[in-house]
Amino acid sequence: MKKLLTFLAALALLTAGCTNEQKPVEPAAKATAQPATEKQIKAGFIYVGPVGDAGWTWSHDQGRIEMEKAAYVTPSTYIESVPEGAESARVINGLVQKGHNLIFTTSFGYMDATLDVASKNKDVIFMHCSGYKSAENVGTYFGRMYEPRYLSGIIAGKMTKANSIGYVAAFPIPEVIRGINAFTLGVRSVNPQAVVKVVWTQTWFDPGVERDAADSLLDVGADVLTMHQDAPATLQAAEARNAYVIGYNSDNRKFAPNAFLTAPIWNWGSIYSKTAEEVQNGTWKTAQIWSGMKEDLVQLAPLSEKIPAAVKQLVEEKRKAIVAGSLHPFTGPLNDQTGKETVAAGVTLDDSALLGMNWFVEGVQGTIPQ
Amino acid sequence: MLEILLDATVRAGTPILFATLGAIINERAGIINLGIEGLMLIGALSGFAATFTSGSLLLGVVAAFVAAFIAGSIHAFITVQLRGNQIVSGLALTMFGIGVTALFGRSVVGQTIDGFERHALPLLSKLPFVGKAFFNQNWLIYFSFLLVGLIWFFFYHTRWGLNLRTVGENPAAADACGIAVNRYRFLAVACGSGIVGIGGAYLSLASTPMWIENMTAGRGWIAVALVIFASWSSVRALFGAYLFGGITAMQLRFQAMGTTVSAHVLQMLPYVFTIVVLVISTIRQQKGASQQPGNLGLPYDREDRK
Repeated sequence: MKKLLTFLAALALLTAGCTNEQKPVEPAAKATAQPATEKQIKAGFIYVGPVGDAGWTWSHDQGRIEMEKAAYVTPSTYIESVPEGAESARVINGLVQKGHNLIFTTSFGYMDATLDVASKNKDVIFMHCSGYKSAENVGTYFGRMYEPRYLSGIIAGKMTKANSIGYVAAFPIPEVIRGINAFTLGVRSVNPQAVVKVVWTQTWFDPGVERDAADSLLDVGADVLTMHQDAPATLQAAEARNAYVIGYNSDNRKFAPNAFLTAPIWNWGSIYSKTAEEVQNGTWKTAQIWSGMKEDLVQLAPLSEKIPAAVKQLVEEKRKAIVAGSLHPFTGPLNDQTGKETVAAGVTLDDSALLGMNWFVEGVQGTIPQ
Repeated sequence: MLEILLDATVRAGTPILFATLGAIINERAGIINLGIEGLMLIGALSGFAATFTSGSLLLGVVAAFVAAFIAGSIHAFITVQLRGNQIVSGLALTMFGIGVTALFGRSVVGQTIDGFERHALPLLSKLPFVGKAFFNQNWLIYFSFLLVGLIWFFFYHTRWGLNLRTVGENPAAADACGIAVNRYRFLAVACGSGIVGIGGAYLSLASTPMWIENMTAGRGWIAVALVIFASWSSVRALFGAYLFGGITAMQLRFQAMGTTVSAHVLQMLPYVFTIVVLVISTIRQQKGASQQPGNLGLPYDREDRK
């Protein structure tokens, strides 16, 4: 019995240890009475992974740093590796207690916890990333990553010689599936023979498995890789085997100096700065923001010199068309994997169809686990 | 295709193999070590940082061993000298490893090094079928083969190995024979931990040459289970580690080839195997034929004879 108790105590310690891994960056001189005339923004961030992931969380942290450049933003706080789900409410509440007036929760799984804490703290403004529930003081924000994915697909379609492209994918959720489809549509727009082979790793973050998944795609003949993962292991795999690779999340070309072509990347700083400004001057209103390349929330990293000038020019034209609104990757006719037309010519999928996407377009080789 | 699969199996299995070997040395001396995950991270970071600053991969491996040796010594001090609870101390070591590597790893996140490259062994790599998979690998993998043999030889063909097994089996008897129980236990935990650290360094120097927080992603816990799977034998650990690595490699390649075998089923297999082996070893234990060291998990105090 005593042994069991010690074991339970150890387990409790372990769980507590996981959630308490917070390294709050406190303002150097806090609680020095601020002049009441100008509203100061004290922002807090909840991160799902460590800033050191060189991917998703890192890109959010870059946005946070960007936001802090504004004079009215006091040094902000971030808490890393917060588990998703009900437990996160405690951490979010902690930020409220410490006087933060603008809180960003940067992963889907914080949705209900954010709304829960927000309902009890009406004077604090919350921004939840990638969710679909909002409230009077809770806005949501996410990016139309499929736009730069489509552009990167054009590059992949032009650069592949084997007409075989590998896609290392994390989980079969609409966000990832949408990216695969947009990428494939980009590929097929310039190279109707090419196929995109998908391997699911069933993890957001496991460099070893990501590397192995990338290797497995190279083994079956793919000569261009891309990925939807948090770690840059796929880039290293491509570099080691003289293939090309398209990154994701941030411009991580130094992991593959020769193989890197480009990467669809996040620019969270644009939305963080804008939100801080709106809150500061009192114009903030709740909204469900889903911004694209036009608003500069998502971008395509600078293109490699390996890409021929004609392709660069084509990508630039398409980019302008997307920004201008004259090109939408998901405009019909679109066929599903079996070749059956699912979107008629001229019809563009609306946002709800995009957000719930659970089917592959023609040209994708792989299955969506049910 | 089979050759490629076998090659991928070896590469995926090696970090787990190192960790399992290290854990076996711990447990053979009677000390449970649940700090494997933390030790792997410590090894991964120190190995990467040492190679990054010095440019030498060998130095990286040595640094990984030394750092994990030191961290393991904390566990050894608590469990051997202070006779503390091994479970609690081990879990604390894992938490310590996760935290301390996150803290000190900041400066090398996003840095790159040239990792271990393939190095074909003459003659051996020409062997049909197994040649490419086993003898066209990197030096760290060759070292793991060597280590499996060395540990087996140490346990069964040296006096020190016999003494170490006795310490884990029955420390009171070992003590009566004049074996320095605490010294054996301490060194077994520290050296075993060092080998676990090399397993971590395999990830940051060979598999994916970079440092990312938490990059072991649970492999340490698989090693903890594999020790039982291997029933405390270094040779069986080799098969166990490759079984786990092989299933990962296989399911990814099945997907890449476009087969329709459910990824969920394949991903479940290693864990099903673990449960099966746990059941078998429990039944064997009830029949009195278990390989488990007799005094595993129990502190030894000379004054406290039962």
